[in-house]
Amino acid sequence: MTQWTLDPETRTTEPASLPKMRGENVNVFYGTKQALFDVNLAVPEHQVTALIGPSGCGKSTFLRCLNRMNDTIDIARVEGEITLDGRSIYDPKIDVVELRAQVGMVFQKPNPFPKSIFENVAYGPTIHGRASAKADLEQIVVDSLRKAGLYEEVKERLHEPGTGLSGGQQQRLCIARAIAVAPEVILMDEPCSALDPIATAKIEELIDELRENFTIVIVTHSMQQAARVSQRTAFFHLGVLVEEGPTSEIFTSPNDKRTQDYVTGRFG
Amino acid sequence: MIEPTTTTRAAARIDWNSGTARSLRKKRYAADRRLRFYGIAAISIAVLLLGILLTSLVSTGYLAFVQTHVTMDVAIDPEQVPVDNPAEGNYRAIVADAVQRLFPDIDGRSELRNAVGIVTNGAQVMLRNQVISDPSLIGKTFSIQVPVSDPYDQLYKDVIDRDLPENRRRLNDEQIALFETLEDRGLIEAKANWALLFNADSRFPELAGLAGAIVGSFYALLLCFVISFPVGIAAAIYLEEFAPKNRWTDLIEVNINNLAAVPSIIFGLLGLAVFIQVFGLPRSAPLVGGLVLALMTLPTIIIVTRNSLKAVPPSIREAALGIGASRHEVILHHLLPLAIPGILTGTIIGMAQALGETAPLLLIGMNAFLTSPPGGIMEPATSLPTQIFIWADSPERGFVSRTSAAILVLLGFLILMNAIAIYLRSKLERKW
Amino acid sequence: MTGYLFLTIILFSLAAFYVGRSAATRFAVAGDRLAVHSRPIYHGAFAAIWVGLPALVLVLVWLLFQDGVVRTLVVQSLPPSLTEGASSSQISLFVSEIRNVAAGRIFAEPRPEIAAAAERYASWTVLANWAMVVVALCMMALALFLARVRISPRYRARQSFERALDIIMISSAALAILVTFGIIVSLTYEAIQFFRLVPPTEFFFGLNWEPQIAIRADQVAGTGAFGAVPVFTGTLLIAAIALIVAIPVGLLSAIYLVEFANRRVRGIVKPILEILAGVPTVVYGFFAVLTVAPAVRQTGSLFGIAISPNSALVAGGVMGIMIIPFISSLADDALKAVPQSMRDGSLALGATPAETITKVLVPAALPGIMGGILLAASRAIGETMIVVMAAGLTANLTANPLEGVTTVTVQIVTLLIGDTAFDNPKTLSAFALGLVLFVVTLCLNVAALKIVQRYREKYE
Repeated sequence: MTQWTLDPETRTTEPASLPKMRGENVNVFYGTKQALFDVNLAVPEHQVTALIGPSGCGKSTFLRCLNRMNDTIDIARVEGEITLDGRSIYDPKIDVVELRAQVGMVFQKPNPFPKSIFENVAYGPTIHGRASAKADLEQIVVDSLRKAGLYEEVKERLHEPGTGLSGGQQQRLCIARAIAVAPEVILMDEPCSALDPIATAKIEELIDELRENFTIVIVTHSMQQAARVSQRTAFFHLGVLVEEGPTSEIFTSPNDKRTQDYVTGRFG
Repeated sequence: MIEPTTTTRAAARIDWNSGTARSLRKKRYAADRRLRFYGIAAISIAVLLLGILLTSLVSTGYLAFVQTHVTMDVAIDPEQVPVDNPAEGNYRAIVADAVQRLFPDIDGRSELRNAVGIVTNGAQVMLRNQVISDPSLIGKTFSIQVPVSDPYDQLYKDVIDRDLPENRRRLNDEQIALFETLEDRGLIEAKANWALLFNADSRFPELAGLAGAIVGSFYALLLCFVISFPVGIAAAIYLEEFAPKNRWTDLIEVNINNLAAVPSIIFGLLGLAVFIQVFGLPRSAPLVGGLVLALMTLPTIIIVTRNSLKAVPPSIREAALGIGASRHEVILHHLLPLAIPGILTGTIIGMAQALGETAPLLLIGMNAFLTSPPGGIMEPATSLPTQIFIWADSPERGFVSRTSAAILVLLGFLILMNAIAIYLRSKLERKW
Repeated sequence: MTGYLFLTIILFSLAAFYVGRSAATRFAVAGDRLAVHSRPIYHGAFAAIWVGLPALVLVLVWLLFQDGVVRTLVVQSLPPSLTEGASSSQISLFVSEIRNVAAGRIFAEPRPEIAAAAERYASWTVLANWAMVVVALCMMALALFLARVRISPRYRARQSFERALDIIMISSAALAILVTFGIIVSLTYEAIQFFRLVPPTEFFFGLNWEPQIAIRADQVAGTGAFGAVPVFTGTLLIAAIALIVAIPVGLLSAIYLVEFANRRVRGIVKPILEILAGVPTVVYGFFAVLTVAPAVRQTGSLFGIAISPNSALVAGGVMGIMIIPFISSLADDALKAVPQSMRDGSLALGATPAETITKVLVPAALPGIMGGILLAASRAIGETMIVVMAAGLTANLTANPLEGVTTVTVQIVTLLIGDTAFDNPKTLSAFALGLVLFVVTLCLNVAALKIVQRYREKYE
């Protein structure tokens, strides 16, 4: 599928800040079907990178490669190299548990565990041994909830089930749960697609705040959302990374015809 | 209430290379491996147990699929067997004479009794039946092959160890010596034991067979199917398609699910108290057995039918209703034909369960000792599982291997039924 | 004769079908097509079902009650010298003797009273059979006539036919209720008879169980004691052993199959578990006697421990093997019902698969697993053949798994195999035990079904 590969000249310049994660010649197969073709993408630190594209274009697949969640699918196979701080994450010596603690993930549908709000957030720190004393653990839980902008809403009912919250609250609970592990990168797979506009606005606001401490990669099907929250945008189409660059450039002066058609709403 | 700290604690990242982090990770992976190991161990135990079960059945049961026979010449003396009434003949004496001819050099009474003991007790009956069916045999001498009695059968199959001290085996040296002379003369032969399938029960292991049990099981299952299949489908259609959703139908729902889990022996008590005691139906009859099995299978069929009806997409229902079919027509013309593969599969599996059911049949007396297969559903009968129970309780050594063999026959029937169900499912099932 | 009668009913129904259909076809052809409400086939079906169904029901009900009625009449006609002061078991002996004589199975010259009664029995049975045939034929003829009269172009034959279908379906569904009703009524009735002879306090709190008392005067037997506590404790002991064996093995194999195994392993192991589940219990019973009991005894004697030949350990252990696939498949369903997003959420936080299972999935699936365990307990308590063959007959109040104990189901079977007399506490006690068994398993089943149902709704 070489005709889809980017011409070196049309490739945008390297991002200004140091890349936190980088994918090189990433190919992904589900059984015999190829889902990603030679993707090269750098994720700069302390920025929000948005992956956009029509459904089935491979953006979620690429996201799931970044913390090896594709490992949980029997038939998935990943080729190429993905690095975190220069270290390959598909190196057999890499510990996938450690990797996922460093690269957290928030899913499309809020998926709190059927436990209390406190236990939901405490789960990650507990399994990773982040807190030795009970007080430390409580501190981490409260900090994480506060960072996720949920603390004021739930402080009276920390020991009630997390499944009793509204959809937007549940999603922020899941973000708090991810933050509590102290990851370096947070992957978000269409985190607002199951939420109403008000909850969406809150999450978007939160993403912008989180950028200060974390590197964020977000998959979204909403171009407005990508424009609002991200600094860089990558456009995927049919398993190929068509174009990537600063968000403003992608939306105002895309190099590729397909990108232009997509961001102007001709298809998608 | 915990106040958040001003420092961003969450940003304080874990040092993955520190010693404590490493040892914690090691522990966590060890726990992971342990759980995997426990899982594999549990599965191995289950597989191993099935292996032991089958091995012990096959290793004892295969012996019963062959039966040791002895060949001897019998002379039907017209003086002993009246030509006009062959049934009245003295076949006992004829068999004794034939055995005497096998051993010309013995003459003591007790020695002869030993020798006659080699041949099955049923030899005279077999001979009698043969002569009755062909009276021209009277006056002739011909050779027949008859089963040897159980201890000698066990001896020939090496179940009885010839090297054991005499007082610890069931045959004494003299008896073994007699048998060995027959072996040396080539008169002993192990043949496929068709009697196991085509004879009815007998006190003598070498003659006992499953024909009566198979016929009894067949009658009971047939009746079970004839009753539970239509009634189950009708009840399921009503509950799934017509019944209003209220407290009563909730109760029926709970009731049916519970009935599917009621111990089978309770159904036996029901059969005994109601069918036999109140209605005066005959004890031990496949009629009562079939009725009890039908009541037991009914909830299973209702449940599978409802599930199969649920699996038909609502679009088909709506399409048929939309062109003016009545609700009954929708069901008869569309839903039922689409649901029938699932219903059939579930029914066959339910029938297989009914075939293996023992306890309720014991209570209604289908464990009678019968030397001929039942002639109809009103006559006393046994069934395959109750026959297994009877044989398992019998003291003769020969019945041990026969019990295992009967179990293998029963399992064979069950595997056949399940195979049919799997075939039907793969052949007819439709994926939506 | 009954067979021919059924055949006649079928033929009559077919005839009614043709009569109805051809009548409807005639006016459908002759008249205005639109004025005809139902298609001819429905007229035929309407006639057939209303002719055949009532007759069929009549014959079945008649057959169910005929023998009972004839028997009662014959017993009433017996000379008082014979029946006066006779117990119900003596009466039932008379009845079976009369039946044998009537059927020509005569072993000795019958008494003249019996011979006369047998003659009456035979002639009344023939009479009743003929009466049944005549009544059925009359009914069918009448129904056919009525149906034919009603068939007209505007007659709503389809509705009428569908109404008949409704009746069939509703009565079928009612039968399911009737079975439960029958169980409760018959068990309660016989249990009340039992408690008239033996006080409930003795049954529920007595520590001595020796039910083998004489049914007939000439039998040699004990005086009898009906304290069922050792029977209950024996049942609980064996069921507990079974669950101790089955729960860890079943649960862990389900966890491995759902969470760790690849498709190939699942494809091999699942059918094996299904085979284990499909093996009839009488086979497990024989397995216990043939293989497990001797092996356990030999192992015991190796360590110098005397183990009873029908120890609770063997019966419970083999019952545990039987229950493994049951627990495994229910736990399998419960784990599969936990949404994939829970797994993903936990793994994405860097949890190991084992942590995901023990800290997230099993707690989430716990209601489903608990429901499965309750159902398994109900099965263990009600399981019959394994304990009949492998457990003891004598009630023994002990918690030692190496000794023999007896169970409720064993007692029911041993009390009811052979002679039964429905006025003797020996026979009736089986029904009291049966009632206890039914009530206990009912509670377990309903609780389990409720838990599982609520759990399913949660994730649907």
